Amino acid sequence: MTSDLDTRSALQETLPTVFGYIGIALAFGITAKANGLSVLEILLMSLITYAGSAEFVIVSLIALHAGVGSIVLSVFLVNARMILMSTVVAPYLSHESMAKNIWAGTLLTDETFALSMNKLNYTGRKLNFRWLDTANLFAYLVWAFASAVGGMLGNLINNPEKYGFSFALVAMFIGLLYLQMISDRTIKLLVQVLVILFVVVLMYLGMRWLPQNGLLLVVTLLGCAFGVVLKHGIK
Amino acid sequence: MALSSYVLLVILGSGLVTWLSRVVPFILLKQFKLPKIIVNFLGFVPICIMTALWMESLFIQHLGQFPSLNVPNALASIPTLISAMISKNLLVIVIVGVISLAVVNLLI
Repeated sequence: MTSDLDTRSALQETLPTVFGYIGIALAFGITAKANGLSVLEILLMSLITYAGSAEFVIVSLIALHAGVGSIVLSVFLVNARMILMSTVVAPYLSHESMAKNIWAGTLLTDETFALSMNKLNYTGRKLNFRWLDTANLFAYLVWAFASAVGGMLGNLINNPEKYGFSFALVAMFIGLLYLQMISDRTIKLLVQVLVILFVVVLMYLGMRWLPQNGLLLVVTLLGCAFGVVLKHGIK
Repeated sequence: MALSSYVLLVILGSGLVTWLSRVVPFILLKQFKLPKIIVNFLGFVPICIMTALWMESLFIQHLGQFPSLNVPNALASIPTLISAMISKNLLVIVIVGVISLAVVNLLI
């Protein structure tokens, strides 16, 4: 990553994400097709709902003919973490116009969020609309295009899991987590390590009681609270 | 190409709640500043969320019991983490991750 906040650096820095997106979106398209959705429905879902992992949830619920209300509620729960991510990114764009803020929020994802958090460590904790918008748009278009292609390939490929692409985004989270740890100077390394261990333990224990999607949000909030306590405790 | 009204309603409804989750904080924070304690709190969101997302793929949930380990993902995580430490380059990390899982799937 560089300190430049221009279109070119945004494209370069989003490339690994996009590579991950292609694999997951193809897998999504194939799965959705196998569950009876048409290519048009797959494309519209990726363009309008644009919700990554939640789209897999939607497809599995549609296959069960679940009610619209219960599907929408599930999607809200899966995506409630977006509220937190947008809250973290928004202050860095508050110098931009309202329209630009709304547009940047509209296309923010786990991945472009994680990228921008990493970017902050290289730019003296600054972000701008142009960089984030380029990253967002690049990811958005590739996601929509690749999920439609997945739908067209449809039944030609079964069991897309075995090619390893499903791991692309996990690998990205591992990479961004490590890069974040070593480059974020605003939080001490010891505090970061302790918070990470805390989250690992809580995720493991919590899976016994709470469904994963709700758990992710609860554990993130508890992890942040633990972090604040540690930050004040460890000087 | 078929488009059922049921699927269209699901797409629009889920799209709306997702969009609101993404956009409302941007609208509010354009007008208000967050207090320092909240900013401190939110500073931990990236590492917490990324760790939690990783753990989701590492464990398989069985409600009422402790989760079991997703062995292929756990094994693939090791070279991925090592490549992160050595390369510090996201593209390299993603490629190593994908190849690792593909190899693990071949061997298991």
